[in-house]
Amino acid sequence: MSVSKEVNAAPVKRHMGLRASRAMANTGIYILLVVISIVWLIPFFCILLQSFRVESTWQVGYVIPQKWGLDNYRNLFNTDFPKWYLNTFIAALVTAALQTIIVLCMSYTLSRFRFKMRKPLMRFMLILGMFPGMLTMIILFRVLKDLGMVQANAVPGLILVYIASSGMGYYVSKGFFDTLPKSLDEAARVDGATRFQVLKKIILPLSKPIVIYTVLTAFMGPWGDYVFAQYISFGTSSGMNVAVGLYNWLNQDQIAKCYTMFCAGGVLVAIPVTVLFMCLQKYYVEGVTGGAVKG
Amino acid sequence: MKTYSDLEFLKLSKGQKILYKFQRFFAAIPTGLKNLFLGIGRGLKGLGAKVGEEAKDIITTFVHGDWKTKLSYLVMGFGNLARGQILRGLLFLLFEVVFIGYMVLYGAYWLGMLPSLGKVGPTKSYNEIYDVYVTQYNDNSFKILLYGVLTIFFIIAFIYTWRVNVKQNKLAEKILASGKKLRSGREDLRSMVDDQFHKTLLALPMTGILIFTVMPIVFMVLVAFTNYDGTHDGYYNNLFTWVGMDNFNTMLSWTSGTGSGTQSYAATFGEVLSWTLIWAFFATFTNYFLGMFVAMAINKKGINLKKLWRTILVLTIAIPQFISLLYVGKMFAKNGIVNGFLMSMGWIDKALPFWEDATWARITVIIINIWIGIPYLMLITTGILMNIPADLYESARIDGANAWQQYSKITLPYMLFVTGPYLLTSFTGNMNNFNVIYLLTGGAPTNAAASSAAGSVGYTDLLITWLFKITTGAESKYYLASVVGILVFVVVALISLVVYNVLPSIKNEEDFQ
Repeated sequence: MSVSKEVNAAPVKRHMGLRASRAMANTGIYILLVVISIVWLIPFFCILLQSFRVESTWQVGYVIPQKWGLDNYRNLFNTDFPKWYLNTFIAALVTAALQTIIVLCMSYTLSRFRFKMRKPLMRFMLILGMFPGMLTMIILFRVLKDLGMVQANAVPGLILVYIASSGMGYYVSKGFFDTLPKSLDEAARVDGATRFQVLKKIILPLSKPIVIYTVLTAFMGPWGDYVFAQYISFGTSSGMNVAVGLYNWLNQDQIAKCYTMFCAGGVLVAIPVTVLFMCLQKYYVEGVTGGAVKG
Repeated sequence: MKTYSDLEFLKLSKGQKILYKFQRFFAAIPTGLKNLFLGIGRGLKGLGAKVGEEAKDIITTFVHGDWKTKLSYLVMGFGNLARGQILRGLLFLLFEVVFIGYMVLYGAYWLGMLPSLGKVGPTKSYNEIYDVYVTQYNDNSFKILLYGVLTIFFIIAFIYTWRVNVKQNKLAEKILASGKKLRSGREDLRSMVDDQFHKTLLALPMTGILIFTVMPIVFMVLVAFTNYDGTHDGYYNNLFTWVGMDNFNTMLSWTSGTGSGTQSYAATFGEVLSWTLIWAFFATFTNYFLGMFVAMAINKKGINLKKLWRTILVLTIAIPQFISLLYVGKMFAKNGIVNGFLMSMGWIDKALPFWEDATWARITVIIINIWIGIPYLMLITTGILMNIPADLYESARIDGANAWQQYSKITLPYMLFVTGPYLLTSFTGNMNNFNVIYLLTGGAPTNAAASSAAGSVGYTDLLITWLFKITTGAESKYYLASVVGILVFVVVALISLVVYNVLPSIKNEEDFQ
């Protein structure tokens, strides 16, 4: 009786309720997303504004400058900043080229070839990766010092350190090569192509996304590296990269003089990297999402 | 403990189910460890058998081989040369000549000095003409250790090559006996880009890894057994030498040094390790769940501008971390923007001690890490979330499951299943997350009691930042840094092994949810 009535009425009521609650939920999510966007962007907004602040060079509790100007940017050129910038840029460029070659060699081999040492090699590198890499810095510094690649000549030393062990970061691109069908290789092999020809004529043309991803991450790495660069430049200003140089500006005794200059330097560093990243964003997203699932 | 069958498990109440899973997880740890040690044992046994087999093969090859083969045992590559494989033969011969030359000229010296790490330290002698003391530098412990290790590497490489040389002779005899032809040098070269192409491709990356990772790690592990530090740098002031297990005993001893407020190494290590683990746990799981949540919010049907929201978050990945971390760190400083804003709004009248108080600092670090980490997790989880079959949700909805039930019964199990390995690597990665801690706080605020042990230890210091501080301080106790590094490795390896061994059982449990 009353039960059957309720059953009849229920779908209509539920439908209305569903639509209303969905609208409510979506509004909630929109509010959340706007808040998140603000929280995520605010630091960059602040750094941009403070780089134009002229009235004082130290840290203040407000964001919007009282006097605007380009003084901080102009002052950058009276410091070693251009030198640091150049150092980082060269290191990033060379690293991007060489590291890509090394990583692709490694990952392609581990993905496509089946040889006896393959599994032990991968396990070995996994274990090797568990050692804190920083530990090796002590000896690498002394060795590079003997080779004359530290302090003022830090850039070649830095590049060497960046690329030498980059083969261990093969996971993401191996995941990519694993997804390319093996039948492609086999068909070409049957037609008499050598392994090298298979790589050059068949695999490489298909690998554009992963090549771009590897170049991009390899290029961005040196911009953010602090610890190795700090070790190798060892207090010599002309051998520093931007991270080490700008870090020093925020030291206790420098921050009052250099805080706004740090902001300006940060903006100059961030702009090219960010623009490049945004242009190639698609490939980065593909690489990251593909790599995580493979583990 | 009691194990339930699937049916029994389903009958349990919710609380019991969770309890049961926890029990299962921890009950599996001993088994995992046991399997690990059994595995190591099996590996060693296998290795022993392998060495025996190799030795037997070397002897039988010698006994049954012809004179060319026999001579090759002494003169590497002779067999190849005599059988017409000029290229291979020359390479073998060249390697042997270089090896013997190196060993006679340098290797013997380094190897001989390795047990003592140098005998004569720098000496001072009086120079009468100029009336000054002149320091004369003699042995160099650092170089002895370094080149000693390199020489051992070289010897291992030589033994391996010699073995290959013997094997090739055996193979060549067999091929010739069956009436076939041997490969010419030209064919060898061609095979480098064909069936041996993997060796060509791996040569460069593996050389780099060997020289710049394996060799330094071996060296640093050895340093843990020496007294190499700022006052024993091995050349300019004092030599360093082997001290056995002393450094490990120091690090793991509970006796504190003299003076008030000093603390033993073991206590300091325990403190830093426990914070490292707490940090890694929170950094991994807050990012994971919040990142998943944000991804789900953006993915939700009916939300527009999906691309815009994602791009805003991804933007923060693009900006080099040192800028964002250093800047955000300063925003939370005593006179930073955050405190300034809160004070100007009249919400607080005294600056909040974001970096001055231990608990505040630890929580702030974790929260800022969420800010850093969510964009990555959002990217990673977005793709996986889209892969979950939509009909699962549809049938759940028809059965009357609410949003939370759909999440906990479909989304979460699926995500954990797929991202299990990722969670593990991200946990160990966070344990060694140098950048976030060092650039944000530099380890501050200082932990006075713990600092008395070594380096200046702060409350937010991870093992890895502590290690860095130990090596850069005035004392530069490299041997201690090396001990910390080895212990980090042990912790990371143990966690990884246990989780890997337990992981499948977790997965199986989720199958019937």
